[in-house]
Amino acid sequence: MPDANLQVPIGPQHPALKEPTSFMLTLSGEKILKAGVRLGYNHRGIEKACEARTYIQDLYLVERICGICSHSHATAFAMAVEECAQLEVPRRASYIRSLVGELERVHSHLLWLGVAGHEVGFDTLLMYTWRDREVVMDLLAMLTGNRVNYGINTIGGVRRDVSSDQKLKILEGVKVLEERTKYYITVATEEVTLAKRLSGVGALSHDDAVRLGAVGPTARASDVPRDCRKDDPYAAYAEVPVNVITDNHNDVYGRTLVRCGELMECYRLIRQLIENLPEGPIAVKAPRKVPAAEAFVRYEAPRGEDVHYVKSNGTEKPERVKVRAPTLANVQAVAHMLKDGYLADLPIVVAAIDPCFSCTDRLIEVEGSARDGVMTWGQLREYGIEWHRKRGVDFSRLNSRFRAGENR
Amino acid sequence: MSGKNAMAEEQAIQAELVGKFPFLDSKVRIARARRMFAEAPADRTGEVLGHLQDRMHFSILCTITGLDLGATLGVVYHLARPGGIVLSLSTAVPKEKPVLQSVTARFPAAAAYERELMDLLGFQVEGVPEGPRYPLPDNWPAGQHPLLKDWKPDSLPGAPRKRD
Repeated sequence: MPDANLQVPIGPQHPALKEPTSFMLTLSGEKILKAGVRLGYNHRGIEKACEARTYIQDLYLVERICGICSHSHATAFAMAVEECAQLEVPRRASYIRSLVGELERVHSHLLWLGVAGHEVGFDTLLMYTWRDREVVMDLLAMLTGNRVNYGINTIGGVRRDVSSDQKLKILEGVKVLEERTKYYITVATEEVTLAKRLSGVGALSHDDAVRLGAVGPTARASDVPRDCRKDDPYAAYAEVPVNVITDNHNDVYGRTLVRCGELMECYRLIRQLIENLPEGPIAVKAPRKVPAAEAFVRYEAPRGEDVHYVKSNGTEKPERVKVRAPTLANVQAVAHMLKDGYLADLPIVVAAIDPCFSCTDRLIEVEGSARDGVMTWGQLREYGIEWHRKRGVDFSRLNSRFRAGENR
Repeated sequence: MSGKNAMAEEQAIQAELVGKFPFLDSKVRIARARRMFAEAPADRTGEVLGHLQDRMHFSILCTITGLDLGATLGVVYHLARPGGIVLSLSTAVPKEKPVLQSVTARFPAAAAYERELMDLLGFQVEGVPEGPRYPLPDNWPAGQHPLLKDWKPDSLPGAPRKRD
């Protein structure tokens, strides 16, 4: 009965995810027969903008591709530029990059665990993990000066050193986080409600994960042992080897276990990086102009393989910067996972790849809208009030001292 | 790995490619450990990609990069294999007729990368599966490809004047 099938558009703005993306689902009853994904709502023109700016300006721009794995993009870009310029980064700088990278992974995975809890109605988990995540956010703020968009990198190394006092504080923080993560692993493995809610949901077989090019914890939970830190070591990972965490549940439950396992591996790596942190300088001087060359870098971001391609042309601005964030590689897999699943599983299946659409879309910076011109703050407010008034809600008498044009 | 044989695997890949495809002679470059670059004519790229995937374990397509090279449009297929070696295979097509064959039959994830080439640089990719455009908005004017070097935001029809 093809006529009984229903097409349901979800998004781009919807309560299931914090970022815009749009799904077109074909349903038979509660079952999803086909899922189409439309991306691009966060396209900002960053690759084009990079071509008009200097390498050091670009470093700060690419760091803002994502608000969570910002260090991943900045490090990948810096490494690509350093390879084009044939710079040898000091060992201590490589260790500090890996250290911040692992702390970033801890913050990202704890954040994900909370979001996953929220999507299945287990909000206590959200409250717990996000409270604990503050420990690692404080450590990142202490090391870099920022909670997000750390700005620790520069072309040729890092900008801030790690003191022995900071090392102790990191070790103390990691101890707390490790205890908490052990508790979450107990919850994930022994809490029947959670295991039953996540098992068999968003299935992705090993062969499909390989065929569709899945990356990161999404691939590793389908028993694909791909991790750039091990396969293609960068920064300090050649000297501080990583144990790749995999699982063969091939579903959202497996993706939860992989991320919990990776948190424990992060703590081990952080301790080892601190223990073996070499002495020496933290940066070498980088030239403003980079000779014509090309470089391709793979970086294992919390969500999976992040790739940067940089082509230089002898000037102080790049010829081309290309970024492929992990979510774009996982989108095909998501469409596949949704198929034959239930509509009510959509939020957790999508959340389980830990999507980041700002990363994915990156790229036309146009000032104002080409069609409608530029709105002032006051006009936007008037527009909002009018929009609601037409629907029977009158805000105009509220907060009268904040009338259009007089705000602040 | 000892210093001398550190890049034995890369050299073997280079030798196999040149042996199989004589037109790649002196076109396969080892940039460093695990990084290789190769250049093929546009009409032979499909064959080389097929051989790399079927016979040489390059099962991962990391991404596809499009380039504006002036008279031509360049395209780079970044292929990786377990073990960490990445081979970037590049080719170029004339700007007046920038036609490519889709590689989605081999690499399903390539669909998004090929749509990027179409939207941002104006490539015509034949055989890309049906689906919504990416990444530009549905009402984006035709013929406006932002990653072309001569494209400026002001080129958009109806673009507002720059604010002071």
